[in-house]
Order: sequence, then structure tokens, then C-alpha cells
Amino acid sequence: MKLNLKIWRQKGPNDSGKLVDYPVDDVSPDMSFLEMLDILNLKLVHDGVEAIEFDHDCREGICGSCSLNINGNPHGPDTGTATCQLHMRRFKDGDTIVVEPWRAKAFPIIKDLTTDRKAFDRIIAAGGFVSVNTGNAVEANAILIPKHNSEKAMDAAACIGCGACVASCKNSSAMLFVSAKVAHLAYLPQGNPERKMRVRNMVAQMDEEGFGSCSNTGACEAACPKEIKLENIAMLNREMLKALCD
Amino acid sequence: MLDSKIPSGSIESKWDNRKFENKLVNPANRRKHSVIVVGTGLAGGAAAASLAEMGYNVKVFTYHESPRRAHSIAAQGGINAAKSYQNDGDSVKRLFYDTIKGGDFRAREANVYRLAQVSLNIIDQCVAQGVPFAREYGGTLSNRSFGGAQVSRTFYARGQTGQQLLLGAYSALMRQVGEKAIELFPRHEMLDLVVVDGKARGIITRDLVSGEISSYSADAVILATGGYGNVFYLSTNAKASNCTAAWRAYKRGAYMANPCYTQIHPTCIPVSGEHQSKLTLMSESLRNDGRVWVPKKQGDTRRPNEIPEDERDYFLERIYPAFGNLVPRDVASRAAKRMCDEGKGVGESKLAVYLDFKTAIERLGEKEVSEKYGNLFQMYDKITDENPYKIPMRIYPAVHYVMGGLWVDYNLMSNIPGLFVLGEANFSDHGANRLGASALMQGLADGYFIAPYSIGNYIGGEKLPKLDTSHDVFKATRNDVDLRIQKMMSNKGNQSADALHRKLGKIMWDKCGMSRDEAGLKQGISDIKNTREEFWNVLKVPGNSKDLNSELEKAGRVADFMELAELMCVDALERKESCGGHFREEMQTPEGETLRDDKNFSHVAAWEFTGGNPKLHKEPLQFDVVHQAQRNYK
Repeated sequence: MKLNLKIWRQKGPNDSGKLVDYPVDDVSPDMSFLEMLDILNLKLVHDGVEAIEFDHDCREGICGSCSLNINGNPHGPDTGTATCQLHMRRFKDGDTIVVEPWRAKAFPIIKDLTTDRKAFDRIIAAGGFVSVNTGNAVEANAILIPKHNSEKAMDAAACIGCGACVASCKNSSAMLFVSAKVAHLAYLPQGNPERKMRVRNMVAQMDEEGFGSCSNTGACEAACPKEIKLENIAMLNREMLKALCD
Repeated sequence: MLDSKIPSGSIESKWDNRKFENKLVNPANRRKHSVIVVGTGLAGGAAAASLAEMGYNVKVFTYHESPRRAHSIAAQGGINAAKSYQNDGDSVKRLFYDTIKGGDFRAREANVYRLAQVSLNIIDQCVAQGVPFAREYGGTLSNRSFGGAQVSRTFYARGQTGQQLLLGAYSALMRQVGEKAIELFPRHEMLDLVVVDGKARGIITRDLVSGEISSYSADAVILATGGYGNVFYLSTNAKASNCTAAWRAYKRGAYMANPCYTQIHPTCIPVSGEHQSKLTLMSESLRNDGRVWVPKKQGDTRRPNEIPEDERDYFLERIYPAFGNLVPRDVASRAAKRMCDEGKGVGESKLAVYLDFKTAIERLGEKEVSEKYGNLFQMYDKITDENPYKIPMRIYPAVHYVMGGLWVDYNLMSNIPGLFVLGEANFSDHGANRLGASALMQGLADGYFIAPYSIGNYIGGEKLPKLDTSHDVFKATRNDVDLRIQKMMSNKGNQSADALHRKLGKIMWDKCGMSRDEAGLKQGISDIKNTREEFWNVLKVPGNSKDLNSELEKAGRVADFMELAELMCVDALERKESCGGHFREEMQTPEGETLRDDKNFSHVAAWEFTGGNPKLHKEPLQFDVVHQAQRNYK
């Protein structure tokens, strides 16, 4: 396949950045999208040009490192798919593909397609945990959890923290990310003692980081590579209301 | 002489005895002591959180942008623990026995027994953190079976167990970051170890965003930096996984133990072409319900669904009726390779065997199969464009894990006092082959329940004068790092480190992969030397070092792989026996199984860096509880 790539190049946070054309040929439909970028980078280095920086690591859709807005879609055209799992068979010979970084105030661009997502870590540090020191635990089967609740918790806990929800949102809201963690722990008895404090602190940190408000358009759910459901946001709102009425 | 510092007493009481003998640091004094933790996977994350909870000053370094990206996250199948919830005959002793046997009698008994003991606490701890393990309708925890065991002792969270356990450790870590008990340094790569007066006292790092080189001092250094499977280029490891931290420690005097012990996982998606950047694992849990087969006829080109039942060879069930599809990984991998070598391989490359769920779907229905393995089936479909509900998966063995690593004593301390090594980075618990669902167990055991005791004992028992990074040794070590970076930046070639890495990987897979022999290993060593020379002739790192530069990061890591690869071959050449994942062609039973030589090789091979030929130190292995027998899974 021959493709015309338009890739965002930006030297650093203070550079204005621009789209640069990279025509590529010999793309195999069996390649993953990132393998296609690998091949391009091999060629760029060979020509003495700086390689295109992009975040990636596990390449099996679980570490949450990879990002990329592909033709305006976070993680590309497929649903429930991270960029690293997207294959070139999804595109046609002769296609033009525009590749850009996540765009959000709270995720500043470091270089090229790489962004700084530390804001997510700070939100978790504000309350996305159960306060249980090593050694404090009770016998595991002493805590009985209905299978249904445990499955619901797992659905929410599947979030990989990639930030596609923020990148897809016109308000750059982090509500889906935050709600996934709040819901995960709210479904479980272990999360109960701190549930009110947790939702308040995490939402406060989210606001402080500069993420926007949620207007329920559902773009986040559509973009999420792990298909985290919008109902988590409803749960977060209920949790927040309960916490505020306390 | 290597002192493994195994405690006295019966196997059951050793860990208790050690905990009682250990020196303690009182809570008020802990805050006066600092510990550096490198790596934030299960072992590093768990250790950092636990030490900070206890009151130590902890600095945590990771080259990832966030601790949650560490490759522990990709572990799929599960974590073993001897809870015996299934009432099927499990016990601490049986988990210990299975692990020693699974490791082909090349692990330390005392370490493995302790691992089985603390496995109970791990599950409790993780559940308390809110890890959403699979459950039964009554609300209790669910288990499944894994290779090398005849009991169900594996706890799991769908096919994302590693993710959920890591997020548990990460949440504990971030809680301590929030409380300012941990100082976190993301996108910082450790590039050297600082050894002052024979003790590990700090590290040199590069800030991957600004390129700044910095020195950090502490009372103890913990390396939890994972394994070096990427020396093969194609492996199931994440792209950034590397040996640099461990290799730098080796070059500062830490011994590297059993570097040739590599785990080749039987169920990975086969290689599809030259462009391939990594291999994807299909969890071992699939072997609970999937049946592995090849056509009975050589060179059979029919589609799998066209091959009738009586013309299929379910070779694992045929050869190993007692364990069937759940034999340990090394055994399953070699059997698959043997079938392909005999011309019965399937798919375009003929380097694959089928993993078939037809029987399971008939027995359980598609819905239940999907509940158990849905995400894995989906992952397979995305990569291969084939639907495993309809067509059997094609699988082939791939490099997955390394049992070898830095040598540590029972306290997980290397031969350099103050340098502790946890998780896959050390060599300690899996012998020559790791059983499925045991890596997560070991990482968390080391991090939550062993390192906190060992660190206390070390700090409580040593005189550790305050040390500033202006000390001469820090300056000299930092200078070495600067010079290495300059060398790479100024190299006048025209190729990315990736190109040479791929070449090295091919040599390693061919000569030091699933089976090894003397002639091949000698050829491998010579090929590696040539490739290393070529590397320094053709390497090009564009851009500059004071900036985010992934080509520079890769070049440093590949340079270290080029050296490690040779040591792996040297170790494989020296070990003239077959054991676990180390299969020497010259040493096999008439049926093609591993043939150990307990008389000459019942030891840990620990290598010391000398600048010239590495020096071998042997730690004899003693088996007081389990009788060293030929492994039998038939």
C-alpha cells in the first residue's frame, strides 16, 4: 500500500508545531499502525532526520501508553481498539492519514506526538485508592462480594488511563476516567469507608488540573479503547451528590 | 564463596526464624533513612508503597511516563496462591513442590518455600486494595488451573490479572506520593549504579524529557527493573523493556546468575512478517479449555475445519496423558517445535500449531467461553483477522520471560551490600523454568512481604555514613554516563539502533533459543561479537541529547543487549545439561525430554564481570525436602 501521512511535528512545548507530509510506500496490510511508524522512523534516521516521537510500549492494548489522533479520531477509526492494535488493513491504498497528538490543556505536548498525562496520576493520588497498608488485610474470602458487583467493578477497572476520553471531548473533560475509578471502588465493600472523601477529592483534583466540564455528549464512551461505559459518569454524579449531602 | 544466607531450621520455620533474627529500625528512625526504588512494576511498586508506609524516605524512578505503564500490566492469566479454596488437595507444601519441580530442580528450596507461604498474604492484600478478582455466585473468590499443577490455585481478573494487580500496587504507591512519603521521578532512566566503599549508595539517571543527567544518593538501592527478554528483539515484552539497569549493576560488580535460563512461552501469535515489532501472548489460561493439535499427515494443506477428528494429533494429550494440555511451558513449547520440525506445522509459515476451542464451545456454549476468554479472543481477531470462535487459533512459542537475573541471597540482596533486586530482575525463585501465574506471585511477594523486612535488617545492621552526591565516586560514575552518551551521539553511521537490534535478536533466537548446542553457541558468540562491532560502525542517533530522544534511549539499551547476549551464550555453553527452558541438544532422553546432570550442574552459575572473560562462581543447590527426580508429566 502507498499512503500519504500528515504527521504533527513539534520541537517542544513552546514550539508552534505543524503538519509535515510523509509519503510512505511498501506498507503491508498486516502491519500495525505503530509498526508503520517504526518503518518510517527507520527511514528518517537513515536520512539523518530526527525520528518522530510517540508514546507506546506494550503494543497489546493494555499499558495505555499509545495515543494519537488518527484522522481526528483518538486511537483511530475502530471502536474498542487502542492505536497499537489498529492494523493497516483498516486503510486503503492511496489514503491520506492525518496523525496528531492528544489535544487538551491538561495534557501539554512534550514533543511531536508525545503528551504529558501526569494529571491523571495526580487525580489517582488524590483519592483513587483504598487506604490499606501492607499487612493490614483480612482473609480474602472474609469479604464476600456478589458476582454481579464484582463484574461491574471489573468493567470500570478495565480503564487503561490513556486519555482518549479527554482527547475526544469538546470540553476536554476527564469525567470518564475519574468516574471509572470512582465506580470501580464504589461497587466494592472495600471502597466504602472512604467513598465520600474519594469522590470529593478526585473531582477537586480533576478541576484543578484544568479539565473541562462534562456535557454528556458521550464522545468519550465512543472513543474509549476499553469501552468504559457512560453509566459510570452517572454513578460518579450520584456519588458526588451523596457526598455533598453529607 | 557465595553465601546464600539461608536461615537455619526446618523448611517451614526458616522464614519465621529470619524475621525474628532480623534487625529492626524503630519507626522514628526510619524517616532518617532513604531508599531508592528503580522500576514501578509489581515488585517495585509494591516495595516502594510498603517502605513508604513504614516511614522510610523513598525515591521512585521509572522510565515510563507513569508508574502504571510498567509491563507487569500486560500479564494476563493469573496469580497462584496456596489458599486451597477448592478443597482439591492444595497446600503451601504442594505449591512449593510444584514450583521446585516445575523449575526442574534448579531453584533454592528455602526461597521457594517462603514464596508459597507468603502467597496467602498476597491474595488478602490485593483483595483489600479492591482488586476485582473473579468470583463465584456466593461471593467467594474463583480459581482456575494453570500449567504444571493438578490443582486449581490460580486467582484471576478476566484476562487482565496483571493489570488489576499492578493498578492495586500503583494505587498504593500513588497514595504515598499524595502523602509526600514518596518522591516520584517518571520519565527518568537509571543509567548507572554508584558503589561507594563496596556498598550500593545511589544511582545516576537521565531525565528523558530534558536530557539532564542527575545523581541521587540513598542508604539502599532496590532494582525492580524486570527482565531482559528483549535481547531476542521479538518477544512478548513491551518495547521499552531492557537490561540496562541490571547490566550496569553487573558492570559495577553485581553477579549475573543463570543468564541463559529463558522462558519460551508456548502460546503466542505466530510471526507474520519482517515488519513485526513484537509478539503477542495468548494467555496460558486458554490451555484450560483449548486443545492443541496438528494434522497427523505431514504437509497437510487443508483448512483446519476440513481435517476430520481422526486425522488430528492432539499431541500434548497423547504424549502427556496425566497433565494433557496443561503441561509446563517449556514442555509444551518443545513439543510444538518438534511437531513443526517434523513437517506438521500449520499456517503459511508452517511454524504454528492449532489451539482449538471447538470442544469447549460445544461443552460450555459460546457465551461462557466468551465470558472467560472474550478479551483474548478479541485480541487474536484484531491481530490475525481470524475469528477464533470459528477457526482454531494458530500459536507458536515465543520468548516471554527470563528466569536468569542478578544474583541475590535469601534476603534478596545482591553480592553488593545495599543493592537489592526484586521480581523478574533477580534470578531467585523459578529455577530453570517458571510455571504460569508464578511471576505475579513472585513480584508481589518480593515487593510487599520480603523487601520491607530485608531493607530494615540491612539499614538496622549497617553503619551508613551520610553521603552527598558531590562525593568523588558519584562524580566519576556520572562522568562515565556522560561519556557513553557522547559516544552514541557522535557515532558516524546511518542506521537506527533498531536495525541492529533485530539482527542480534535473530542470532539469539537461532543459536540461544528453544534449543542450543555447542557448535551453535560458539557460532553465536562469534556472530554477536561481529554484530556488536557493526553496531558501533553503523549506529546513528539523530537529534540531540538534551531533549526527548527515543533513538538515544534505544541505542543505550541495545548497546547493553549486545554485551548481555554474549554472556547468555557463554552461560548456555558452560551448562552442559538440559534443564527447564535450557535445552542442550546433546543432553536429552530418548523421548526428547530434558536430561539433567545433577552431579555436575546442580548449582547456580553466577558470573562476575572482569573486563575480560567473565568469572564463574557456583552456588551449590541442596535439596533436603524434595527429591531431585526426572520430571514426569506423563
